[in-house]
Amino acid sequence: MNSRDTMINTNPSNEIPASQSVDEAGAGILAVKVDDLTVAYNYKPVLWDIDLEIPEGVLMAIVGPNGAGKSTLIKAILGILKPIAGSVSIYGKPYHKQRSLVAYVPQKGSVDWDFPTVALDVVMMGTYGSLGWIKRPGVKEKKAALEALEKVGMLPFKNRQISQLSGGQQQRIFLARALVQDASIYFMDEPFQGVDATTEIAIINILKELRKAGKTVVVVHHDLQTVPEYFDWVTFLNVKKIATGPVKDIFNDDNLTKTYGINYKVSVQK
Amino acid sequence: MSNAQFEIQLIASLVAIACAIPGTFLVLRKMAMISDAISHAILPGLVIGFFITQDLNSPLLILLAALTGVVTVILVERIQKTGLVKEDTAIGLVFPALFSIGVIMIAKNANDVHLDVDAVLLGELAFAPFDRLIVAGINIGPKSLWIIGTILTITVGLLIAFFKELKVSTFDAGLSASLGFSPVVIHYGLMTMASITTVGAFDAVGAILVVALMIAPAACAYLLTTDLKKMLGLAIVFGVFAAVSGYWVAHWLDASIAGSITTMLGVVFLIVYLFAPNKGLIAVMYREKQQRIEVSLLTFLLHLKNHNEKEERHVNHLNEHINWQKVKSKTVLDLALKNNMILIDDKIVALTDKGDEFTSKAIDYIITNEDAQIEDMKEDFFLFRG
Repeated sequence: MNSRDTMINTNPSNEIPASQSVDEAGAGILAVKVDDLTVAYNYKPVLWDIDLEIPEGVLMAIVGPNGAGKSTLIKAILGILKPIAGSVSIYGKPYHKQRSLVAYVPQKGSVDWDFPTVALDVVMMGTYGSLGWIKRPGVKEKKAALEALEKVGMLPFKNRQISQLSGGQQQRIFLARALVQDASIYFMDEPFQGVDATTEIAIINILKELRKAGKTVVVVHHDLQTVPEYFDWVTFLNVKKIATGPVKDIFNDDNLTKTYGINYKVSVQK
Repeated sequence: MSNAQFEIQLIASLVAIACAIPGTFLVLRKMAMISDAISHAILPGLVIGFFITQDLNSPLLILLAALTGVVTVILVERIQKTGLVKEDTAIGLVFPALFSIGVIMIAKNANDVHLDVDAVLLGELAFAPFDRLIVAGINIGPKSLWIIGTILTITVGLLIAFFKELKVSTFDAGLSASLGFSPVVIHYGLMTMASITTVGAFDAVGAILVVALMIAPAACAYLLTTDLKKMLGLAIVFGVFAAVSGYWVAHWLDASIAGSITTMLGVVFLIVYLFAPNKGLIAVMYREKQQRIEVSLLTFLLHLKNHNEKEERHVNHLNEHINWQKVKSKTVLDLALKNNMILIDDKIVALTDKGDEFTSKAIDYIITNEDAQIEDMKEDFFLFRG
């Protein structure tokens, strides 16, 4: 689907059947399929009629200006926000049947870091989903959490109170918590916000490893300069979906201008 | 100590424990004021329940009143969701309205019964032992004790069963929702439990003390620990301590038990607030003072590193060059000497190897802001801690 089609395709009857592969670069299997999704806050739509297909195994950035609805899109996919119209499917089934396949990294600022708990405990929370209600984490869950901490280089800080961690360290803890879920699809809301360069590189390397392992990673991203370097797929969003596809095909001035509303030039564009 | 005295302290302690548990989560969810709203707004529920059951201790009355508590929470959220007023305003609008309806209902219809506004606000802990529960002709203890004991058992059971869910939804509602633990369900579960506890405790200790017992012990515990389980434990300890010591203060002063317990809670909080090892006022002031000195030390060391000229490093000229007062210069000089960071040779100050290394490391940290390099320095210096 190219960007022009998307612009015209606001009529739900034009919907493309799921069986039809969205793009030749995709493996063919759809990890996430969003149909005609509209989300509103107090009856004011913040996402209008979004159709989005995310093929399995891509590392995708969602970009768009402030207030474009990037976080809202992720929250609606994860069922945290109720859409007023449309549907979402994860590997062909509704989200609530596929929870174990999905891991979520919220924005760092969405939680209270003064909460009385330590790094290891936060990472353990990632195991709660597979445990279900009432059951408590045990040795197995602790071991998984320690391994995830090791992977993000935070093992020495496992007993540190979370408010005593730097911004980058807090973000790594969040990443470890997602890793421990051992999901197939990872949604991350601005994982690079307020982290130093070292942490940014550490995080992107882990995301690339996840993609190599066949996982699908969807990241709300702000820094347009790094899109071609970090990601292989991109979705342009500004209340409506502007375009989605491989970075090499659609990451161009035309789509950037459509999304950001100003004449945009990407200096690092190949 | 008479049997009645023991029973009063036991009731007060159980109320304190039953309140501390939901209170801890309310404090962490920044919802302390909602407990105030609930405790007042359940009054109409109590009155209506009393009209129906004609029994102040009926479980139905407790449930009806607790329902009013949940209705309060829903009303506050509804008003807040319109976006026209903020949460605190919404709370301020809802609970006086409900409370006043209850007050009017009592004045119009319930004047002849033992349900008056004073008792509602301040409780009647001293009379609790007189109202006995009699089953099959056998006196099995004060009714209040049985009511609060039952509520406490349910609270503890729910806490143990849903500790993990309460924790994750309090810390990160978004994650909780994505994992399938509906924050809405947990929120209303907690609100229902807080309402039931409030109603159960209310008859014994009154509306104001219920709020104090929910919030103050949790607030004290929050200043002392970084572990949720310990926070719950400490909140319970503080609550029980205030309940028992408050009883004896009341006994000694011949004053209201509820008032004395609340006063003790205030005293305990004041002590914790001043003396808590990390977050306490004195600890914070001490830390800030240390940080000031250490920043000065670093400034001084940097000056030494940057200037090789003798006149810039002469003890007597330091004041002028760094523009410090004499006392401060002396403190800093002493600190640097004590740490073997400088040498004073014929009144000329020079960095030692250790001082040189420290300064380089510190500059490095300040420039790169990377934590790994200064992990070992954190022990010695306040400056680099969080």
